[in-house]
Amino acid sequence: MTRIKKTFEDLKQSGKTALVTFTMLGDPDLKNSLKILKSLPESGADIIEIGMPFTDPVADGLTIQLAGGRALNAGANMHHTIDMVRKFRKTNDHTPIILMGYANPIFVYGYEKFAQDASDAGVDGLIIVDLPPEEDADLREYTKKYNIDIIRLITPTTDEKRLAKILDGASGFLYYVSITGVTGAAKADKNALKPHIDMIKSHTTLPIAIGFGIKTPDDALKMSSLGDGIVVGSVIVEKVKDTGNGNIEPVLSLVKSLSNVLK
Amino acid sequence: MFIVACMTKELMNNPDERGHFGQYGGRYVAETLMPLILSVEKAYNEAKADPAFWAKFDDLAKNYIGRPSPLYYAEKTTKHLGGAKIYFKREELNHTGAHKINHCIGQVLLAMRMGKTRIIAETGAGQHGVATATVCALFDIPCTIFMGAKDVERQSPNVFRMKLLGAEVKPVTAGSASLKDAMNEAMRDWVSNVDDTYYLIGTVGGPHPFPMMVRDFQSIIGKELREQIMEREGRLPDSLIACIGGGSNAIGLFHPFLNDTSVNMIGVEAAGHGVDTDKHAASLNGGRAGILHGMQTYFLQNDDGQIQEAHSISAGLDYPGIGPEHAWLFDTKRVDYVSITDNEALEAFQTCAKLEGIIPALESAHAYAHILKISGNLPKNHIMVLNLSGRGDKDIFTVADKLGVKL
Repeated sequence: MTRIKKTFEDLKQSGKTALVTFTMLGDPDLKNSLKILKSLPESGADIIEIGMPFTDPVADGLTIQLAGGRALNAGANMHHTIDMVRKFRKTNDHTPIILMGYANPIFVYGYEKFAQDASDAGVDGLIIVDLPPEEDADLREYTKKYNIDIIRLITPTTDEKRLAKILDGASGFLYYVSITGVTGAAKADKNALKPHIDMIKSHTTLPIAIGFGIKTPDDALKMSSLGDGIVVGSVIVEKVKDTGNGNIEPVLSLVKSLSNVLK
Repeated sequence: MFIVACMTKELMNNPDERGHFGQYGGRYVAETLMPLILSVEKAYNEAKADPAFWAKFDDLAKNYIGRPSPLYYAEKTTKHLGGAKIYFKREELNHTGAHKINHCIGQVLLAMRMGKTRIIAETGAGQHGVATATVCALFDIPCTIFMGAKDVERQSPNVFRMKLLGAEVKPVTAGSASLKDAMNEAMRDWVSNVDDTYYLIGTVGGPHPFPMMVRDFQSIIGKELREQIMEREGRLPDSLIACIGGGSNAIGLFHPFLNDTSVNMIGVEAAGHGVDTDKHAASLNGGRAGILHGMQTYFLQNDDGQIQEAHSISAGLDYPGIGPEHAWLFDTKRVDYVSITDNEALEAFQTCAKLEGIIPALESAHAYAHILKISGNLPKNHIMVLNLSGRGDKDIFTVADKLGVKL
């Protein structure tokens, strides 16, 4: 059983919602980025999403754009991404790791080589924001070979017909983008989302994690009844920004506060 | 001959139904945008088959833009160089001073047909921004233009024009604060306003169907040329030449001739300080295949897949990518892609002004510069047509500055 599957099943049995955290690889620098990653599980992160920095993150709001900029300035590249996952796995073999980013750095790395290296390092899933089902067949050929889940995105603009296309080839879990906008933008309206998420649930048994615009423990609690997991990114990244001195406590206490409401 | 026929047939039939030109093109966008992209494609396919849509387009092309643009025999340039017979396709005489208005008219008609009530666009030199602001004024549609903060500074006359036309101009400070970043910001806006907004992309780039659609609207250039040159010379030209940033004016000139194997085509990229330096905008001659802005094509980038800043004296060519159809035409060698440096373009800018009494846009001056390089070695019966894609009034401040003249 994959780490992703096991994590969602275990949480479901104990009636809990998964906390999925997002941090940018190499933010604020490589050393502290790894320190944060290693500490996230003990602070309550059930699944870890690592952003792969890219110069042109068209789906991200300012907070994550700036995080990517800091990481690139700190010298982070795709080889560091793989390397950091490998280091993380030395002490943690159970927390699923999802790499999230844009197609170009993976395309240039080479789809097959990337899938192989990521899998060897212990990556469980990929979310490639600008690789919709229409364009991900080439990559999926290799992620399938190396047992990496391709996590597809569903948005408020996804209708039933489109959903069928998205579900065909999806694995691991589904990432529900709760707003039409960029990361860290306005909050979603829970009541407006419910019928749409119910519609999705009627077509799939894959777990659903809800992200974009979840900022406080209160938001997390509200959204937790809708899905199987909650993704929190921008507000964590805001705390990561100031950890260059090695004090990562503010990041961990935020993650703890989010985790507490979900347990 | 058979192989050539197959190849050209294939070239004319691009893209395939998924928007691919060979491996290039496609629809690399966030899922939030996919339904919207698909609806643009559907609406365009319906419009394309609707004679009423084209009747409107043709009427505006004739009476608002001032088409057909003249085909001018550049006699002094021809004699000065002593080689090929040079013609200019005078796109700089269009309303708003460049070819950009052609696809703006087409796209604004499509946006209205789709019931969209707000337009956004990116701009580099400001020509596409001005053309977009113009058609939005004409049809009373609110519009927001994203422009790199650097470009806002170096193209201030166009910023003022856009504002005069009623557009909101948003300077973009993210990234390198130039055209690619303006496009990033426009895509972020679009993803946030999917219901009412149409993104009027300014080149043959972005996700399918934009590269195909913008090409179709710009193809009016090549179609007119075909008639005009047959009337003047009784035969097709031997070569076509155009500058390339994203590649909209070039594809508009080239596309109707792709099947004519006797017609040689040359695209001129911006070499900035030189293609062997790190300051240029030649994505074909100095870049590699990648994915950005909804498409797969050639981009300037490092070994880690991070996009690099482009550089050109001409803001309109200052983009690290190129339309996907050009990437395909480059790989198949149907079009020859060369490059011209800032200094060569600057020289050609002045030569054209003095010889022909036409101040060309710095973009078009790149293509003219290549003519200055090669024409002398061509026979006198060689007919060469330059797409004079824009006028240079917007560039006088940049040029004066380079020449050390204080205005």
